[in-house]
Amino acid sequence: MTTAAGRIDSPPDSVTDSIDVARVRADFPILETMVHGKPLVYLDNAATSQKPRAVIDAIMRYYQGTNANVHRGVHYLSETATEDYEGARKIAQQFINAAHSREIIFVRGTTEGINLVAQTLGRTRIGAGDEILITAMEHHSNIVPWQILCEEKGAKLRVAPINDNGELLLDEYANLLSPKTKLVAVTHVSNALGTINPLKRMVELAHAHNVPVLVDGAQAVPHIKVDVQALDCDFYTFSGHKVYAPTGIGVLYGKTALLESMPPYQGGGDMISSVTFERTTYNKLPYKFEAGTPDIAGVIGLGAALTYVENLGIENIGAHEHDLLVYATAAVSAIPGVRIIGTAREKAAVVSFVVEGVHPHDIGTILDQQGIAIRTGHHCSQPVMERFGIPATARASFAVYNTRGEIDALVGGIQKVKEVFA
Amino acid sequence: MSDLRDLYQDVILEHSKAPRNFRVQPAADHKAEGFNPLCGDRFTIYVTLDGDAIKDVSFQGAGCAISKASASMMTQSVKGKTMAEAEQIFERFHDMVTGHAEKPAEESDLGKLTVFSGVSEFPVRVKCATLAWHTLHAALEGKQDPVSTE
Repeated sequence: MTTAAGRIDSPPDSVTDSIDVARVRADFPILETMVHGKPLVYLDNAATSQKPRAVIDAIMRYYQGTNANVHRGVHYLSETATEDYEGARKIAQQFINAAHSREIIFVRGTTEGINLVAQTLGRTRIGAGDEILITAMEHHSNIVPWQILCEEKGAKLRVAPINDNGELLLDEYANLLSPKTKLVAVTHVSNALGTINPLKRMVELAHAHNVPVLVDGAQAVPHIKVDVQALDCDFYTFSGHKVYAPTGIGVLYGKTALLESMPPYQGGGDMISSVTFERTTYNKLPYKFEAGTPDIAGVIGLGAALTYVENLGIENIGAHEHDLLVYATAAVSAIPGVRIIGTAREKAAVVSFVVEGVHPHDIGTILDQQGIAIRTGHHCSQPVMERFGIPATARASFAVYNTRGEIDALVGGIQKVKEVFA
Repeated sequence: MSDLRDLYQDVILEHSKAPRNFRVQPAADHKAEGFNPLCGDRFTIYVTLDGDAIKDVSFQGAGCAISKASASMMTQSVKGKTMAEAEQIFERFHDMVTGHAEKPAEESDLGKLTVFSGVSEFPVRVKCATLAWHTLHAALEGKQDPVSTE
């Protein structure tokens, strides 16, 4: 079958799959797009996910019906906007099972969440000779903010190594924890390899040294159930746009005691309780960290997206994506000359691969001509590429609306790559 | 739909698999490093001059088929030319791959380099086709900092 309709009419992807993928696809208007005359096969979900109608409608409803600034008006629109904005905070709180809604700080995305912690907790608690521990599979956004801080403070960045499958070497990680370690910053799921880290154990080990742990959850939240209380991590941050919400909005979760002990990130409106020229008293949590008029529409869209995910069930989404991962791993690795990079036992729905003799950029162009969108390049993870001795990979990453038929299209696309370069 | 064969012409594929002048010149007069941060392509261009003429030019590095073939064919096209002539070829080449050429590719005097005219149909690949040329330009100008296409 080569039509989009053909793909979605194919039988359920597996007997255990409780996602009705045809209905889900109907929720995403963009999936009807034709690219170069072919139905769009969108397999670049680790870069950003597409948005369901529920999210697009929620943003439109806000701008058409309830647009006003939050937290200050006494008028109807402002009260309604504030209610929706704070309602989304509650939704986010429940989504990651935070103990209090005040522990949910709205930020622009994961990158800002990490920078916020680096510039507040980092700048006040990390000094010369101290160490920050990360892993060898971090995204640049969980490397560079710490490098900036280390340079400023004379601190040292330590890196826990990974094995050839792309799995963290837990013993090496444990050995790197010491009285000098002041913070662990680690990704929950690797964007380039798909590896799911043993977070609970990593947090326990860090806490045994009284070291707080920040988790980059950008690639985890769309795919696996996150319970920050069960993980016992101190900070957890994620981006909305990878979990079906708009770009420009994300969440930083932090434990109340830590957030209260930290200085503000930015000064401005909304983050103060009183201001004189002599002295400013900061607002309580979470507003202390939300200076200026926030991205109200983005927050409302995020609330709608997380509700959409809740309604489908994150476990059901994870099971559907796991089926796609298993199917794609077998199909792609069966192609002669194709090698999958990142073969961890615990993996999210990411298939990074290289084709012998063909640069990933050329793979990307040839697949695009067939309507297939993947990511090619170093995935903002140059140290990971270096670890595997490759300049780049091609990466297919899956979401709830993807089908086995689309993976068949990917496999056909890779065959075409091989034909062109034969 | 743009035809893939417009981009991946046989000559381009052949050069990408067996690049010409693909070697280091330890005693080169001029060298520069070019880098495309988007995809990680990275080349070093080596130039040996004889007065104003390019006596020898070679390259080393890694990149996609388009960037590698472009580097390979560039070395062939500028060898023996003066620096000014090389810059002129670059200008015409740049116009062709960005779709700004006034004349059709076959009337452009670019010779074999016209196989890259299909690149203009693939705007995101222009940087691949021009990376080696930008790097050659930097090498001739004696720039110390690596060239970036971003």
